Amino acid sequence: MNAVSDLYQLTIHEAHELLRQRKISSVELTKSALTRMAVVESKVRACITITDESALEQAAEADTHIGTGHIQPLTGIPTLVKDLICTKGIRTTCGSKMLEAFVPPYDATVIEKLKAQKAVILGKTNMDEFAMGSSTEHSAFFPTHNPWDLSRVPGGSSGGSAAAVATDEAVYALGSDTGGSIRQPAGFCSIVGLKPSYGRVSRFGLVAFASSLDQIGPLTKDVTDCALVMNVLAGYTPRESTSVPCPVPDYTKSLVRNLKDLRIGIPQEYFVEGMQQEVRDALETAIGRLKQLGAQVDREASLPSTKYALAVYYILAPSEASANLARYDGVKYGFSAPNASNAIEATERTRQSGFGPEVKRRIMLGTYALSAGYYDAYYVKAQKVRTLIRQEFEDIFRKYDALVTPTSPTVAFNLGEKLEDPLQMYLADVCTLPINIAGVPAISVPAGFVDGLPVGMQIIAKPFDEETILRVAFAYEQATDWHERRPPL
Amino acid sequence: MKLSHEEVIHIVSLARLALSQSEIEKFTVQLSHILENFEILQQVDTTNTARAAQAVQLQNVFRDDTTAKSYPQNEILANAPDQEENCFKVRPILE
Repeated sequence: MNAVSDLYQLTIHEAHELLRQRKISSVELTKSALTRMAVVESKVRACITITDESALEQAAEADTHIGTGHIQPLTGIPTLVKDLICTKGIRTTCGSKMLEAFVPPYDATVIEKLKAQKAVILGKTNMDEFAMGSSTEHSAFFPTHNPWDLSRVPGGSSGGSAAAVATDEAVYALGSDTGGSIRQPAGFCSIVGLKPSYGRVSRFGLVAFASSLDQIGPLTKDVTDCALVMNVLAGYTPRESTSVPCPVPDYTKSLVRNLKDLRIGIPQEYFVEGMQQEVRDALETAIGRLKQLGAQVDREASLPSTKYALAVYYILAPSEASANLARYDGVKYGFSAPNASNAIEATERTRQSGFGPEVKRRIMLGTYALSAGYYDAYYVKAQKVRTLIRQEFEDIFRKYDALVTPTSPTVAFNLGEKLEDPLQMYLADVCTLPINIAGVPAISVPAGFVDGLPVGMQIIAKPFDEETILRVAFAYEQATDWHERRPPL
Repeated sequence: MKLSHEEVIHIVSLARLALSQSEIEKFTVQLSHILENFEILQQVDTTNTARAAQAVQLQNVFRDDTTAKSYPQNEILANAPDQEENCFKVRPILE
Protein backbone atom coordinates (compact mmCIF):
# COMPACT_ATOMS: atom_id res chain seq x y z
CA MET A 1 0.00 0.00 0.00
CA ASN A 2 2.94 2.31 0.47
CA ALA A 3 3.95 2.21 -3.18
CA VAL A 4 3.05 5.63 -4.57
CA SER A 5 1.09 4.05 -7.42
CA ASP A 6 -1.40 2.39 -5.06
CA LEU A 7 -2.20 5.40 -2.91
CA TYR A 8 -5.37 6.13 -4.86
CA GLN A 9 -6.96 3.09 -3.21
CA LEU A 10 -6.83 4.64 0.25
CA THR A 11 -9.84 5.78 2.22
CA ILE A 12 -9.87 9.20 3.90
CA HIS A 13 -9.05 7.77 7.32
CA GLU A 14 -6.22 5.63 5.96
CA ALA A 15 -4.73 8.48 3.92
CA HIS A 16 -5.09 10.89 6.85
CA GLU A 17 -3.15 8.56 9.13
CA LEU A 18 -0.31 8.23 6.59
CA LEU A 19 -0.24 12.01 5.97
CA ARG A 20 -0.22 12.67 9.70
CA GLN A 21 2.73 10.33 10.21
CA ARG A 22 4.40 11.99 7.17
CA LYS A 23 4.71 8.57 5.50
CA ILE A 24 3.16 10.03 2.37
CA SER A 25 2.65 13.54 1.05
CA SER A 26 -0.49 15.09 -0.36
CA VAL A 27 1.36 15.67 -3.64
CA GLU A 28 2.11 11.93 -3.88
CA LEU A 29 -1.49 11.08 -3.06
CA THR A 30 -2.83 13.61 -5.57
CA LYS A 31 -0.47 12.41 -8.32
CA SER A 32 -1.60 8.86 -7.65
CA ALA A 33 -5.27 9.86 -8.05
CA LEU A 34 -4.50 11.79 -11.26
CA THR A 35 -2.59 8.78 -12.64
CA ARG A 36 -5.53 6.55 -11.80
CA MET A 37 -7.82 8.98 -13.61
CA ALA A 38 -5.61 8.82 -16.69
CA VAL A 39 -6.05 5.03 -16.71
CA VAL A 40 -9.79 4.65 -16.07
CA GLU A 41 -11.39 7.93 -17.13
CA SER A 42 -11.56 7.01 -20.84
CA LYS A 43 -13.72 4.00 -19.89
CA VAL A 44 -15.85 5.46 -17.10
CA ARG A 45 -16.08 9.15 -18.11
CA ALA A 46 -16.93 10.39 -14.63
CA CYS A 47 -15.48 13.91 -14.95
CA ILE A 48 -16.50 16.99 -16.89
CA THR A 49 -13.51 19.08 -15.78
CA ILE A 50 -10.18 17.91 -14.34
CA THR A 51 -8.20 20.61 -12.54
CA ASP A 52 -4.87 18.80 -12.31
CA GLU A 53 -2.69 21.91 -12.10
CA SER A 54 -4.58 23.65 -9.31
CA ALA A 55 -4.99 20.30 -7.54
CA LEU A 56 -1.22 19.84 -7.39
CA GLU A 57 -0.84 23.43 -6.13
CA GLN A 58 -3.42 22.78 -3.42
CA ALA A 59 -1.63 19.53 -2.54
CA ALA A 60 1.70 21.33 -2.19
CA GLU A 61 0.02 23.92 0.03
CA ALA A 62 -1.51 21.14 2.12
CA ASP A 63 1.92 19.56 2.52
CA THR A 64 3.35 22.87 3.73
CA HIS A 65 0.46 23.15 6.16
CA ILE A 66 1.02 19.61 7.44
CA GLY A 67 4.72 20.43 7.70
CA THR A 68 3.91 23.12 10.25
CA GLY A 69 2.04 20.56 12.33
CA HIS A 70 -1.47 21.45 11.17
CA ILE A 71 -3.61 18.64 9.91
CA GLN A 72 -7.37 18.16 9.88
CA PRO A 73 -9.27 15.07 8.69
CA LEU A 74 -9.61 16.25 5.07
CA THR A 75 -6.27 18.09 4.79
CA GLY A 76 -4.41 17.09 1.63
CA ILE A 77 -7.02 14.53 0.57
CA PRO A 78 -8.13 14.65 -3.10
CA THR A 79 -11.83 14.98 -3.82
CA LEU A 80 -14.16 15.45 -6.77
CA VAL A 81 -17.18 17.74 -6.73
CA LYS A 82 -20.47 17.31 -8.60
CA ASP A 83 -20.64 19.94 -11.30
CA LEU A 84 -23.57 21.86 -9.83
CA ILE A 85 -21.72 22.99 -6.70
CA CYS A 86 -20.15 26.37 -7.39
CA THR A 87 -16.35 26.47 -7.37
CA LYS A 88 -14.73 29.86 -7.68
CA GLY A 89 -12.69 30.07 -10.88
CA ILE A 90 -13.59 26.50 -11.96
CA ARG A 91 -16.38 26.26 -14.48
CA THR A 92 -19.60 24.79 -13.13
CA THR A 93 -21.73 23.42 -15.95
CA CYS A 94 -24.58 21.55 -14.23
CA GLY A 95 -24.16 19.06 -17.06
CA SER A 96 -25.88 21.59 -19.31
CA LYS A 97 -25.08 23.41 -22.50
CA MET A 98 -26.74 26.38 -20.78
CA LEU A 99 -23.83 26.70 -18.32
CA GLU A 100 -21.07 25.13 -20.40
CA ALA A 101 -18.85 28.19 -20.00
CA PHE A 102 -20.09 29.46 -16.62
CA VAL A 103 -17.29 30.23 -14.14
CA PRO A 104 -18.70 31.06 -10.69
CA PRO A 105 -17.30 34.17 -8.98
CA TYR A 106 -17.70 32.51 -5.57
CA ASP A 107 -17.42 29.19 -3.74
CA ALA A 108 -20.37 27.27 -2.32
CA THR A 109 -20.33 27.11 1.50
CA VAL A 110 -19.34 23.44 1.35
CA ILE A 111 -16.37 24.30 -0.89
CA GLU A 112 -15.29 27.02 1.55
CA LYS A 113 -15.42 24.38 4.27
CA LEU A 114 -13.30 21.93 2.26
CA LYS A 115 -10.80 24.67 1.44
CA ALA A 116 -10.60 25.68 5.11
CA GLN A 117 -9.40 22.11 5.75
CA LYS A 118 -6.90 22.40 2.85
CA ALA A 119 -8.62 19.69 0.83
CA VAL A 120 -7.48 19.06 -2.75
CA ILE A 121 -10.08 19.52 -5.50
CA LEU A 122 -9.36 17.31 -8.51
CA GLY A 123 -12.23 18.52 -10.66
CA LYS A 124 -15.95 18.40 -11.34
CA THR A 125 -18.05 15.32 -12.00
CA ASN A 126 -20.60 14.45 -14.64
CA MET A 127 -24.31 14.51 -13.87
CA ASP A 128 -27.75 14.52 -15.39
CA GLU A 129 -28.46 18.03 -16.63
CA PHE A 130 -29.47 20.23 -13.68
CA ALA A 131 -29.61 17.00 -11.60
CA MET A 132 -32.73 15.83 -13.46
CA GLY A 133 -32.34 12.13 -14.08
CA SER A 134 -31.44 8.76 -12.61
CA SER A 135 -28.76 7.53 -15.00
CA THR A 136 -26.36 10.42 -15.85
CA GLU A 137 -27.43 9.87 -19.48
CA HIS A 138 -29.13 13.27 -19.44
CA SER A 139 -25.74 15.01 -19.25
CA ALA A 140 -25.47 17.40 -22.20
CA PHE A 141 -21.89 16.21 -22.75
CA PHE A 142 -21.61 12.41 -22.48
CA PRO A 143 -22.95 9.56 -20.36
CA THR A 144 -20.93 8.09 -17.49
CA HIS A 145 -20.47 4.31 -17.41
CA ASN A 146 -20.97 2.00 -14.45
CA PRO A 147 -17.50 0.71 -13.49
CA TRP A 148 -18.94 -2.72 -12.59
CA ASP A 149 -20.29 -3.15 -16.12
CA LEU A 150 -19.44 -0.46 -18.64
CA SER A 151 -22.60 -1.16 -20.67
CA ARG A 152 -24.74 -0.09 -17.71
CA VAL A 153 -25.61 3.25 -16.11
CA PRO A 154 -23.92 4.39 -12.87
CA GLY A 155 -27.23 5.79 -11.63
CA GLY A 156 -27.88 9.47 -11.29
CA SER A 157 -27.92 12.27 -11.08
CA SER A 158 -24.60 12.15 -9.13
CA GLY A 159 -23.42 9.30 -11.38
CA GLY A 160 -20.04 10.90 -12.07
CA SER A 161 -19.27 11.29 -8.37
CA ALA A 162 -20.34 7.70 -7.60
CA ALA A 163 -18.43 6.12 -10.50
CA ALA A 164 -15.32 8.16 -9.67
CA VAL A 165 -15.25 7.02 -6.03
CA ALA A 166 -15.98 3.40 -7.00
CA THR A 167 -13.00 3.41 -9.39
CA ASP A 168 -10.69 5.21 -6.91
CA GLU A 169 -10.34 8.30 -9.12
CA ALA A 170 -10.93 10.34 -5.98
CA VAL A 171 -10.78 9.39 -2.31
CA TYR A 172 -14.30 10.79 -1.90
CA ALA A 173 -16.72 13.05 -3.74
CA LEU A 174 -19.56 15.47 -3.12
CA GLY A 175 -22.97 15.01 -4.68
CA SER A 176 -26.46 16.39 -4.33
CA ASP A 177 -29.70 14.52 -3.71
CA THR A 178 -33.16 15.85 -4.60
CA GLY A 179 -34.97 12.51 -4.98
CA GLY A 180 -32.22 9.92 -4.65
CA SER A 181 -29.37 11.42 -6.65
CA ILE A 182 -26.69 10.50 -4.10
CA ARG A 183 -28.12 7.22 -2.77
CA GLN A 184 -29.22 5.55 -6.01
CA PRO A 185 -25.83 5.95 -7.79
CA ALA A 186 -24.03 5.00 -4.56
CA GLY A 187 -26.12 1.80 -4.54
CA PHE A 188 -25.50 1.11 -8.24
CA CYS A 189 -21.72 1.59 -7.79
CA SER A 190 -21.28 -0.14 -4.37
CA ILE A 191 -20.13 2.85 -2.34
CA VAL A 192 -21.55 4.78 0.62
CA GLY A 193 -23.77 7.81 -0.10
CA LEU A 194 -25.61 9.93 2.47
CA LYS A 195 -28.41 12.41 1.94
CA PRO A 196 -28.40 14.49 5.11
CA SER A 197 -31.56 15.87 6.76
CA TYR A 198 -33.00 18.85 4.91
CA GLY A 199 -31.39 21.93 6.47
CA ARG A 200 -28.33 20.06 7.82
CA VAL A 201 -25.85 21.08 5.08
CA SER A 202 -25.71 24.51 3.47
CA ARG A 203 -27.21 24.80 -0.01
CA PHE A 204 -25.52 28.16 -0.65
CA GLY A 205 -23.73 27.82 -3.98
CA LEU A 206 -25.63 24.69 -4.96
CA VAL A 207 -27.31 25.48 -8.27
CA ALA A 208 -31.00 25.10 -7.43
CA PHE A 209 -33.15 22.33 -8.87
CA ALA A 210 -35.98 21.92 -6.33
CA SER A 211 -35.16 24.08 -3.36
CA SER A 212 -37.41 22.35 -0.81
CA LEU A 213 -35.86 18.96 -1.58
CA ASP A 214 -32.18 19.56 -2.52
CA GLN A 215 -29.36 18.56 -0.15
CA ILE A 216 -25.60 18.20 -0.63
CA GLY A 217 -23.96 15.09 0.79
CA PRO A 218 -20.86 12.86 0.68
CA LEU A 219 -20.08 9.81 -1.50
CA THR A 220 -17.35 7.76 0.16
CA LYS A 221 -15.62 4.39 0.13
CA ASP A 222 -16.79 3.48 3.62
CA VAL A 223 -18.96 4.64 6.53
CA THR A 224 -16.07 6.03 8.58
CA ASP A 225 -15.23 8.38 5.70
CA CYS A 226 -18.89 9.39 5.47
CA ALA A 227 -18.81 10.44 9.13
CA LEU A 228 -15.56 12.34 8.62
CA VAL A 229 -16.90 14.32 5.66
CA MET A 230 -20.19 15.02 7.46
CA ASN A 231 -18.23 16.47 10.37
CA VAL A 232 -16.99 19.11 7.91
CA LEU A 233 -20.10 19.67 5.76
CA ALA A 234 -22.78 19.86 8.46
CA GLY A 235 -23.72 23.09 10.16
CA TYR A 236 -25.86 26.19 10.20
CA THR A 237 -25.31 29.07 7.81
CA PRO A 238 -27.00 32.49 8.06
CA ARG A 239 -26.87 32.70 4.25
CA GLU A 240 -30.11 30.76 3.81
CA SER A 241 -33.42 30.68 5.62
CA THR A 242 -33.81 26.89 5.50
CA SER A 243 -30.53 26.17 7.29
CA VAL A 244 -31.39 24.74 10.69
CA PRO A 245 -29.49 26.11 13.71
CA CYS A 246 -28.96 22.87 15.57
CA PRO A 247 -25.66 21.66 17.00
CA VAL A 248 -23.43 19.35 14.94
CA PRO A 249 -22.32 16.21 16.79
CA ASP A 250 -19.03 14.42 16.19
CA TYR A 251 -20.34 11.82 13.78
CA THR A 252 -17.38 9.50 14.31
CA LYS A 253 -18.76 8.84 17.83
CA SER A 254 -21.59 6.92 16.15
CA LEU A 255 -19.22 4.35 14.67
CA VAL A 256 -19.89 1.50 17.08
CA ARG A 257 -20.07 -2.15 16.23
CA ASN A 258 -23.30 -3.37 17.79
CA LEU A 259 -26.95 -2.64 17.33
CA LYS A 260 -28.12 -3.93 20.70
CA ASP A 261 -31.69 -2.85 21.48
CA LEU A 262 -31.96 -0.71 18.37
CA ARG A 263 -35.47 -0.91 16.91
CA ILE A 264 -35.40 -1.29 13.13
CA GLY A 265 -38.58 -1.25 11.05
CA ILE A 266 -38.85 -2.73 7.56
CA PRO A 267 -41.61 -0.77 5.79
CA GLN A 268 -43.33 -3.34 3.60
CA GLU A 269 -44.40 -0.75 1.00
CA TYR A 270 -40.77 -0.38 -0.12
CA PHE A 271 -40.63 -3.97 -1.32
CA VAL A 272 -42.52 -2.84 -4.37
CA GLU A 273 -44.18 -4.71 -7.16
CA GLY A 274 -41.72 -5.18 -9.98
CA MET A 275 -38.79 -5.35 -7.57
CA GLN A 276 -36.05 -7.67 -8.76
CA GLN A 277 -36.23 -10.96 -6.79
CA GLU A 278 -32.44 -11.12 -6.32
CA VAL A 279 -32.43 -7.61 -4.83
CA ARG A 280 -35.17 -8.71 -2.43
CA ASP A 281 -33.07 -11.77 -1.49
CA ALA A 282 -29.96 -9.64 -0.92
CA LEU A 283 -31.95 -7.35 1.37
CA GLU A 284 -33.33 -10.35 3.31
CA THR A 285 -29.77 -11.54 3.95
CA ALA A 286 -28.72 -8.04 5.03
CA ILE A 287 -31.70 -7.74 7.39
CA GLY A 288 -30.75 -11.12 8.90
CA ARG A 289 -27.29 -9.70 9.55
CA LEU A 290 -28.76 -6.68 11.34
CA LYS A 291 -30.63 -9.08 13.65
CA GLN A 292 -27.42 -10.96 14.38
CA LEU A 293 -25.89 -7.64 15.38
CA GLY A 294 -28.52 -7.26 18.08
CA ALA A 295 -31.18 -5.13 16.37
CA GLN A 296 -34.86 -5.78 17.05
CA VAL A 297 -36.24 -6.06 13.54
CA ASP A 298 -39.95 -5.58 12.84
CA ARG A 299 -41.13 -6.58 9.38
CA GLU A 300 -44.63 -5.23 9.91
CA ALA A 301 -43.64 -1.56 9.75
CA SER A 302 -45.84 0.43 7.40
CA LEU A 303 -45.82 3.75 5.57
CA PRO A 304 -49.12 3.49 3.71
CA SER A 305 -48.78 6.78 1.78
CA THR A 306 -45.60 5.57 0.06
CA LYS A 307 -47.63 4.84 -3.08
CA TYR A 308 -48.35 8.55 -3.49
CA ALA A 309 -44.73 9.67 -3.23
CA LEU A 310 -43.87 9.35 -6.92
CA ALA A 311 -46.78 11.58 -7.96
CA VAL A 312 -46.11 14.10 -5.17
CA TYR A 313 -42.44 14.28 -6.11
CA TYR A 314 -42.99 14.62 -9.85
CA ILE A 315 -45.40 17.48 -9.27
CA LEU A 316 -43.44 19.38 -6.61
CA ALA A 317 -39.90 18.95 -7.97
CA PRO A 318 -40.73 20.05 -11.54
CA SER A 319 -42.87 22.93 -10.20
CA GLU A 320 -39.96 24.23 -8.15
CA ALA A 321 -37.62 23.57 -11.07
CA SER A 322 -39.78 25.51 -13.51
CA ALA A 323 -39.51 28.54 -11.21
CA ASN A 324 -35.80 28.07 -10.42
CA LEU A 325 -34.83 27.60 -14.05
CA ALA A 326 -36.73 30.71 -15.17
CA ARG A 327 -33.47 32.57 -14.43
CA TYR A 328 -31.80 31.11 -17.52
CA ASP A 329 -32.69 33.81 -19.99
CA GLY A 330 -29.30 34.38 -21.61
CA VAL A 331 -28.77 37.83 -20.08
CA LYS A 332 -26.61 37.70 -16.95
CA TYR A 333 -24.68 34.48 -17.56
CA GLY A 334 -24.83 31.26 -19.51
CA PHE A 335 -25.67 30.45 -23.08
CA SER A 336 -27.39 33.14 -25.13
CA ALA A 337 -28.90 32.49 -28.55
CA PRO A 338 -27.65 34.97 -31.15
CA ASN A 339 -29.65 36.93 -33.71
CA ALA A 340 -32.95 37.36 -31.92
CA SER A 341 -34.86 40.53 -32.71
CA ASN A 342 -36.47 41.07 -29.30
CA ALA A 343 -36.18 39.98 -25.67
CA ILE A 344 -38.89 37.31 -25.70
CA GLU A 345 -37.60 35.69 -28.86
CA ALA A 346 -34.08 35.77 -27.40
CA THR A 347 -35.25 34.09 -24.18
CA GLU A 348 -37.19 31.39 -26.01
CA ARG A 349 -34.38 30.58 -28.43
CA THR A 350 -31.82 30.56 -25.62
CA ARG A 351 -33.87 28.09 -23.62
CA GLN A 352 -34.75 25.99 -26.66
CA SER A 353 -31.06 25.49 -27.54
CA GLY A 354 -29.61 25.60 -24.04
CA PHE A 355 -31.77 22.98 -22.30
CA GLY A 356 -31.87 19.26 -23.09
CA PRO A 357 -35.04 17.14 -23.42
CA GLU A 358 -35.44 16.02 -19.77
CA VAL A 359 -35.05 19.58 -18.46
CA LYS A 360 -37.63 20.82 -20.97
CA ARG A 361 -39.95 17.98 -20.01
CA ARG A 362 -39.76 18.89 -16.32
CA ILE A 363 -40.10 22.63 -16.94
CA MET A 364 -43.24 21.86 -18.96
CA LEU A 365 -44.61 19.55 -16.26
CA GLY A 366 -43.97 22.11 -13.54
CA THR A 367 -45.32 25.00 -15.57
CA TYR A 368 -48.49 23.01 -16.17
CA ALA A 369 -48.91 22.08 -12.49
CA LEU A 370 -48.56 25.75 -11.52
CA SER A 371 -50.72 27.18 -14.29
CA ALA A 372 -54.13 28.78 -13.83
CA GLY A 373 -56.84 26.14 -13.56
CA TYR A 374 -54.49 23.31 -12.56
CA TYR A 375 -52.65 24.82 -9.58
CA ASP A 376 -55.13 23.49 -6.97
CA ALA A 377 -55.57 20.08 -8.54
CA TYR A 378 -51.85 19.40 -8.87
CA TYR A 379 -49.54 21.68 -6.90
CA VAL A 380 -51.72 22.34 -3.84
CA LYS A 381 -52.90 18.73 -3.74
CA ALA A 382 -49.31 17.47 -3.86
CA GLN A 383 -48.29 19.83 -1.05
CA LYS A 384 -51.12 18.48 1.10
CA VAL A 385 -50.20 14.87 0.45
CA ARG A 386 -46.63 15.87 1.30
CA THR A 387 -47.91 16.78 4.76
CA LEU A 388 -49.43 13.30 5.13
CA ILE A 389 -46.20 11.59 4.03
CA ARG A 390 -44.22 13.71 6.48
CA GLN A 391 -46.61 12.91 9.31
CA GLU A 392 -46.32 9.19 8.63
CA PHE A 393 -42.54 9.43 9.00
CA GLU A 394 -42.97 11.42 12.20
CA ASP A 395 -45.28 8.75 13.59
CA ILE A 396 -43.21 5.77 12.53
CA PHE A 397 -40.10 7.12 14.26
CA ARG A 398 -41.94 6.97 17.59
CA LYS A 399 -41.83 3.19 17.15
CA TYR A 400 -38.49 2.66 15.45
CA ASP A 401 -35.00 4.14 15.63
CA ALA A 402 -34.29 3.40 11.98
CA LEU A 403 -35.94 2.01 8.86
CA VAL A 404 -34.27 -0.28 6.35
CA THR A 405 -35.28 -0.62 2.68
CA PRO A 406 -33.64 -1.37 -0.65
CA THR A 407 -32.05 1.74 -2.20
CA SER A 408 -33.42 0.80 -5.64
CA PRO A 409 -35.85 -1.89 -6.81
CA THR A 410 -33.29 -3.22 -9.32
CA VAL A 411 -29.56 -3.30 -9.97
CA ALA A 412 -28.05 -0.86 -12.50
CA PHE A 413 -29.91 -0.94 -15.82
CA ASN A 414 -28.44 -0.81 -19.33
CA LEU A 415 -27.41 2.46 -20.95
CA GLY A 416 -30.26 3.56 -23.19
CA GLU A 417 -32.77 1.19 -21.59
CA LYS A 418 -35.04 3.85 -20.03
CA LEU A 419 -34.00 6.91 -21.99
CA GLU A 420 -37.11 7.07 -24.15
CA ASP A 421 -39.55 6.21 -21.37
CA PRO A 422 -39.46 9.01 -18.77
CA LEU A 423 -41.93 7.32 -16.40
CA GLN A 424 -39.81 4.13 -16.22
CA MET A 425 -36.79 6.32 -15.45
CA TYR A 426 -38.75 8.09 -12.69
CA LEU A 427 -39.66 4.71 -11.14
CA ALA A 428 -35.94 4.00 -10.61
CA ASP A 429 -36.13 6.39 -7.64
CA VAL A 430 -39.30 4.99 -6.11
CA CYS A 431 -37.54 3.95 -2.85
CA THR A 432 -35.55 7.16 -2.43
CA LEU A 433 -38.06 9.94 -3.33
CA PRO A 434 -40.20 9.73 -0.17
CA ILE A 435 -37.14 10.52 1.96
CA ASN A 436 -36.67 13.94 0.32
CA ILE A 437 -40.39 14.66 0.54
CA ALA A 438 -40.23 14.05 4.30
CA GLY A 439 -36.88 15.84 4.69
CA VAL A 440 -35.41 12.96 6.70
CA PRO A 441 -31.82 11.69 6.31
CA ALA A 442 -30.93 8.38 4.60
CA ILE A 443 -27.83 6.52 3.49
CA SER A 444 -27.12 3.83 0.93
CA VAL A 445 -24.50 1.24 1.87
CA PRO A 446 -23.18 -1.71 -0.18
CA ALA A 447 -25.29 -4.79 0.62
CA GLY A 448 -24.35 -7.45 -1.88
CA PHE A 449 -24.13 -8.28 -5.56
CA VAL A 450 -26.40 -9.83 -8.17
CA ASP A 451 -24.41 -11.32 -11.05
CA GLY A 452 -21.56 -8.94 -10.36
CA LEU A 453 -23.78 -5.86 -10.02
CA PRO A 454 -24.08 -4.03 -6.69
CA VAL A 455 -27.15 -3.88 -4.45
CA GLY A 456 -27.64 -0.96 -2.05
CA MET A 457 -29.36 -0.96 1.33
CA GLN A 458 -31.05 2.26 2.41
CA ILE A 459 -31.10 3.18 6.11
CA ILE A 460 -33.43 6.01 7.16
CA ALA A 461 -33.77 7.86 10.48
CA LYS A 462 -35.69 10.80 11.89
CA PRO A 463 -34.65 14.38 11.03
CA PHE A 464 -31.18 15.32 12.34
CA ASP A 465 -30.48 11.78 13.50
CA GLU A 466 -27.68 10.99 11.06
CA GLU A 467 -25.96 9.43 14.07
CA THR A 468 -28.33 6.44 14.20
CA ILE A 469 -27.97 5.96 10.46
CA LEU A 470 -24.19 5.92 10.76
CA ARG A 471 -24.35 3.51 13.69
CA VAL A 472 -26.45 0.98 11.74
CA ALA A 473 -24.39 1.50 8.59
CA PHE A 474 -21.06 1.08 10.39
CA ALA A 475 -22.09 -2.02 12.36
CA TYR A 476 -23.38 -3.62 9.15
CA GLU A 477 -20.29 -2.65 7.17
CA GLN A 478 -17.94 -4.08 9.79
CA ALA A 479 -19.86 -7.36 9.71
CA THR A 480 -19.65 -7.66 5.90
CA ASP A 481 -16.99 -7.17 3.24
CA TRP A 482 -19.03 -5.76 0.34
CA HIS A 483 -17.36 -2.35 0.71
CA GLU A 484 -13.92 -3.86 0.16
CA ARG A 485 -14.72 -5.11 -3.33
CA ARG A 486 -13.58 -2.97 -6.23
CA PRO A 487 -14.76 -3.05 -9.84
CA PRO A 488 -12.50 -4.96 -12.27
CA LEU A 489 -10.95 -1.98 -14.05
CA MET B 1 -55.50 13.35 -17.97
CA LYS B 2 -54.92 13.68 -21.69
CA LEU B 3 -53.24 16.89 -22.76
CA SER B 4 -54.37 18.44 -26.01
CA HIS B 5 -52.00 19.79 -28.63
CA GLU B 6 -53.27 23.31 -27.84
CA GLU B 7 -52.63 22.91 -24.12
CA VAL B 8 -49.06 21.85 -24.79
CA ILE B 9 -48.50 24.87 -27.03
CA HIS B 10 -49.91 27.07 -24.24
CA ILE B 11 -47.49 25.54 -21.69
CA VAL B 12 -44.58 25.99 -24.11
CA SER B 13 -45.36 29.67 -24.31
CA LEU B 14 -45.79 30.06 -20.52
CA ALA B 15 -42.44 28.32 -20.00
CA ARG B 16 -40.72 30.53 -22.60
CA LEU B 17 -39.56 27.58 -24.64
CA ALA B 18 -39.69 27.42 -28.41
CA LEU B 19 -40.17 23.73 -29.06
CA SER B 20 -40.08 22.17 -32.49
CA GLN B 21 -43.17 20.47 -33.93
CA SER B 22 -41.72 17.03 -33.27
CA GLU B 23 -40.88 17.92 -29.65
CA ILE B 24 -44.43 19.15 -29.11
CA GLU B 25 -45.85 15.89 -30.46
CA LYS B 26 -43.52 13.81 -28.33
CA PHE B 27 -44.16 15.81 -25.16
CA THR B 28 -47.96 15.70 -25.69
CA VAL B 29 -47.83 11.90 -25.45
CA GLN B 30 -45.21 11.70 -22.70
CA LEU B 31 -46.69 14.38 -20.44
CA SER B 32 -50.20 12.90 -20.82
CA HIS B 33 -48.84 9.53 -19.74
CA ILE B 34 -47.07 11.08 -16.71
CA LEU B 35 -50.15 13.08 -15.72
CA GLU B 36 -52.31 9.94 -15.84
CA ASN B 37 -50.08 8.54 -13.13
CA PHE B 38 -50.71 11.59 -10.97
CA GLU B 39 -54.44 10.81 -10.80
CA ILE B 40 -53.70 8.48 -7.89
CA LEU B 41 -53.55 11.61 -5.68
CA GLN B 42 -57.28 12.18 -6.15
CA GLN B 43 -57.85 9.08 -3.98
CA VAL B 44 -56.37 10.86 -0.96
CA ASP B 45 -58.67 12.74 1.41
CA THR B 46 -56.91 16.01 2.19
CA THR B 47 -59.95 17.96 3.39
CA ASN B 48 -58.40 18.89 6.73
CA THR B 49 -54.76 18.70 5.70
CA ALA B 50 -52.53 21.75 5.62
CA ARG B 51 -50.05 22.30 2.79
CA ALA B 52 -46.37 21.62 3.33
CA ALA B 53 -44.14 23.98 1.37
CA GLN B 54 -41.00 22.46 2.87
CA ALA B 55 -39.85 19.77 5.24
CA VAL B 56 -38.47 21.71 8.19
CA GLN B 57 -40.77 23.66 10.45
CA LEU B 58 -38.81 26.91 10.56
CA GLN B 59 -40.90 30.07 10.35
CA ASN B 60 -40.09 33.76 10.09
CA VAL B 61 -36.37 33.37 9.69
CA PHE B 62 -34.59 36.68 10.12
CA ARG B 63 -31.00 37.76 10.42
CA ASP B 64 -29.36 41.07 11.17
CA ASP B 65 -29.29 43.45 8.26
CA THR B 66 -25.55 43.96 8.20
CA THR B 67 -23.63 45.42 5.31
CA ALA B 68 -20.93 43.34 3.67
CA LYS B 69 -18.65 43.72 0.72
CA SER B 70 -20.25 42.84 -2.62
CA TYR B 71 -18.60 41.28 -5.64
CA PRO B 72 -16.53 43.45 -7.97
CA GLN B 73 -18.51 44.55 -11.04
CA ASN B 74 -16.04 43.03 -13.48
CA GLU B 75 -16.33 39.59 -11.83
CA ILE B 76 -20.10 39.62 -12.06
CA LEU B 77 -20.02 40.83 -15.66
CA ALA B 78 -17.38 38.25 -16.61
CA ASN B 79 -20.07 35.65 -17.37
CA ALA B 80 -22.38 38.05 -19.24
CA PRO B 81 -23.08 37.04 -22.84
CA ASP B 82 -23.27 40.72 -23.80
CA GLN B 83 -22.44 43.95 -21.98
CA GLU B 84 -22.10 47.66 -22.58
CA GLU B 85 -20.76 50.39 -20.30
CA ASN B 86 -20.53 48.00 -17.34
CA CYS B 87 -24.14 46.91 -17.72
CA PHE B 88 -25.82 43.70 -18.87
CA LYS B 89 -27.04 44.28 -22.39
CA VAL B 90 -30.51 43.00 -23.24
CA ARG B 91 -32.46 42.86 -26.48
CA PRO B 92 -35.22 45.43 -27.07
CA ILE B 93 -38.33 44.86 -24.98
CA LEU B 94 -40.39 47.52 -26.75
CA GLU B 95 -40.99 47.79 -30.45
